[in-house]
Amino acid sequence: MKEIVIISGKGGTGKTSVMTAISYLAGNKAVVADCDVDAADVHLLLKPKILKREDFYSGVFAKIHQEGCITCGLCRDTCRFDAINVKDNKYSVDVVSCEGCGYCARVCPVRAIKMIPQKAGEWFISKTRVDNILVHAKLGIGAENSGKLVAKVKNEAKRIAEDLKCEYVIVDGAPGVGCPVISSITGADYVIFVTEPTVSGVHDLERVHQVVQRFKIPSGCIINKCDINLEKAQEIKEFLDKEDIELLAELPYDEAFTKAMLLGKTIAEYPDDKNNPIKEKLEHVWEVLQKK
Amino acid sequence: MKIAIASGKGGTGKTTLSTNLSLLMAETMNIQLVDLDVEEPNSGLFLDLEFVNELIQYNMKPQWEASMCTLCGNCQKVCNFNAIMQLGSHIQVLPQLCKSCFACSELCPTNSLPMQKERIGKVQHYQTEKLTFIEGRMDIGQENASAMIAKTMKFANSLNSNEIAIYDAPPGASCPAIEATKDADLVILVTEPTPFGLNDLAIAVETMQKLKRDIAVVINRDGIGDDGVINYCNKQKIDIIAKIPNSKKVAQLYSNGIIVYDKVAEFKAELIKIKDYILAKKIGSEI
Repeated sequence: MKEIVIISGKGGTGKTSVMTAISYLAGNKAVVADCDVDAADVHLLLKPKILKREDFYSGVFAKIHQEGCITCGLCRDTCRFDAINVKDNKYSVDVVSCEGCGYCARVCPVRAIKMIPQKAGEWFISKTRVDNILVHAKLGIGAENSGKLVAKVKNEAKRIAEDLKCEYVIVDGAPGVGCPVISSITGADYVIFVTEPTVSGVHDLERVHQVVQRFKIPSGCIINKCDINLEKAQEIKEFLDKEDIELLAELPYDEAFTKAMLLGKTIAEYPDDKNNPIKEKLEHVWEVLQKK
Repeated sequence: MKIAIASGKGGTGKTTLSTNLSLLMAETMNIQLVDLDVEEPNSGLFLDLEFVNELIQYNMKPQWEASMCTLCGNCQKVCNFNAIMQLGSHIQVLPQLCKSCFACSELCPTNSLPMQKERIGKVQHYQTEKLTFIEGRMDIGQENASAMIAKTMKFANSLNSNEIAIYDAPPGASCPAIEATKDADLVILVTEPTPFGLNDLAIAVETMQKLKRDIAVVINRDGIGDDGVINYCNKQKIDIIAKIPNSKKVAQLYSNGIIVYDKVAEFKAELIKIKDYILAKKIGSEI
């Protein structure tokens, strides 16, 4: 079973558009996962029917029992996260700032602080309209995206792939270079960078590549909107060559990306006539991935 | 006054807007631009300013000193993050899991876990006559963007010499975006008029409203999609301050790291609307 994770560093390069198209081409050979739990979009194109929904609990937060509180202020003095407020001599916890360390609860002389399990979000197992299972999630408002929910989504996808004997897990990764992306690529067999030929695209690709390099995962790259700046595209190709990253495809800028999205289709399905060069290039990418 | 430029979806034009808006406003006012997208800070790619200084930023993490340790195991007991473990006669710290609450260190009966500095990134400071630029850049391998964002904001606030601060926030609606918009008097959410743009905007709006932030929307690349975002904003009674038209010329200038507002009239016209909206808010808050 091979895990393929699609990331970008920079937002807006077309990561999710590409991932959903490959998910369509893979059909029931793959279980697909949306690990961009902060701003998940895969479901908008794959139109999943939810089969199972679970709450996700992660960490705890402090809660001050007002009747027991003697307003000594020791909790506020101890807290390193500025998470305890006092107004009109009433002490309360700012749940968004609270990290759940429990230190305040330990120092409270009258044990008036309890640590409450925090619901950090929900995750779902669904059946998509393109004949595969999708594991996805919704992060709770203000919940920390520490990578735990990302890890949950991925591990469930892998478990289901094993149960169903699917050869592939295709993952829409998180943006950036921090914890959510690190969690997205942990355990991956292959990483695909989707980038664009702009100064920001190049800068962000180089940074996210450094993250992937630490994990020593083989990788490939799709240059999207490749014709908006041929010089930058060439700069990217030289970078790929130097870093031993496979150039999987160069996709020209195409309004079909947005038109397909408006129709609720992947870019492998629209336009649905013979003249779909994007689809051909992605079919080639899918063939290359299957040969690995 | 502090303005945060944020978004739900990545790639909608936050950095394009923050850099161009800052330069436009700096023609007549003292402006501070702060790049808080510490994972992928790229505002600096568009600016040509004089370097002032660089400050390395640190988090505090516990370091075990064996000499006085009695192996009582209290450290492991008080850590809620499994970041410290007693393994036989050895205490192992896992710094990536540590949140720097200081509990293990301060509750250690023998002072065997002093807190030490661990580098997490750097803040760079640039300057021209009217524009101050601060960039926060997290080290690769670090996991916690919020901590780096907080330190960058603290440094920016300490300078205190500008009339308006513009924060280029990270995308999304989770902790990094919440941290970056914490102090903002106004959060401008930049979106694109597409289904992905709308979906992610709604998530960001829900978060910002729950946290009681003052929000407004700018639609970038207007014309590429549909009216979903406009209808949503009208329904939610959120001001749409400007609609920047889609432009191949803007895309090409952007791809080369070139500032666009002085070269594309329609772009500048929309920026002026945003500037006027901000100034009206500023005057309103001072009355």
